[in-house]
Amino acid sequence: MYFDSFADFIAMGGHGLYVWLCYGIAACVLSFNILSPLLKKRHFFNEQTRRLRRERRMAEQEQGTP
Amino acid sequence: MAISWKMPKWFFQLGSPRWFYDISSKLLPIFAVAAALLLLVGVVWGLAFAPQDYQQGNSFRIIYIHVPAAILAQSCYMLMAVAGAINLIWKMKVADMVAKSCAPLGASIAVLALATGAIWGKPTWGTWWVWDARLTAMLILLFLYVGVYSLHHAIENEVNAGKAGAVLSLVGLVNIPIIKYSVEWWNTLHQSSTFKVTERPAMPAEMWIPLLIMVVGFYCFFAVSLMLRTRAEILEREKRSGWVRDLVEAD
Repeated sequence: MYFDSFADFIAMGGHGLYVWLCYGIAACVLSFNILSPLLKKRHFFNEQTRRLRRERRMAEQEQGTP
Repeated sequence: MAISWKMPKWFFQLGSPRWFYDISSKLLPIFAVAAALLLLVGVVWGLAFAPQDYQQGNSFRIIYIHVPAAILAQSCYMLMAVAGAINLIWKMKVADMVAKSCAPLGASIAVLALATGAIWGKPTWGTWWVWDARLTAMLILLFLYVGVYSLHHAIENEVNAGKAGAVLSLVGLVNIPIIKYSVEWWNTLHQSSTFKVTERPAMPAEMWIPLLIMVVGFYCFFAVSLMLRTRAEILEREKRSGWVRDLVEAD
């Protein structure tokens, strides 16, 4: 460990704001790029499952009414 | 006598969305674990164990985000242009989807490189922004990403959108060597590259080893994110095909 105490580590020799801001932005950008395609995929599957169910229901109704 | 040379079979397999979807589901966990481990080790080492710079103090620790982001933003652009070219020449669907997925990803990484650069500039140069050659070229890279992204989304027809995006990304490729050599061609405020192929880094090993780990970690992250985006795009475009329907049924 390069720093003497945890408070020193947070302060970063007076440059804490700059350093932590950078790492915070990086965490946001990286997690956005992982979460956004995952959410998109989830959304796709939900939508397609609904569509499939709707189509099947309509097919059954057509069969039921001659 | 004309020599005819054919591209190998695996090259055209890459063009099959289904094949890409299957192979990427096997590769994803490997790269995800590698990215998580490398980034964790790199961040902890860079933030807590690397010594501080004798001139810049602890603000130099921003390098562990800034340099990998800047390198990745340029690599991503080159991949986008190459994928665009493959799409133009062989009309390969997957290449088009990869190129389309590169644009928002690259743009966000370019924003990260510019933002961390600006934040680093404040304590080091005393200003957030200067119209320096390196910074300006990097800003143009961001605009090129935004342009390619807009083209892909503004044109209704996917084939035409892909072509337009590919042409813009190929034209914009000229910016890459400008970014690389800007610190040598013009007298700039920006310091020169940390890593060079021909020389040893001008910093001690306990400073550049975590940087190298972060660069590799960013590349692994890029592989994960690009595969995830491309897979989402494949599903959307192939939703009428039987194998996607089977996937939905199984879900």
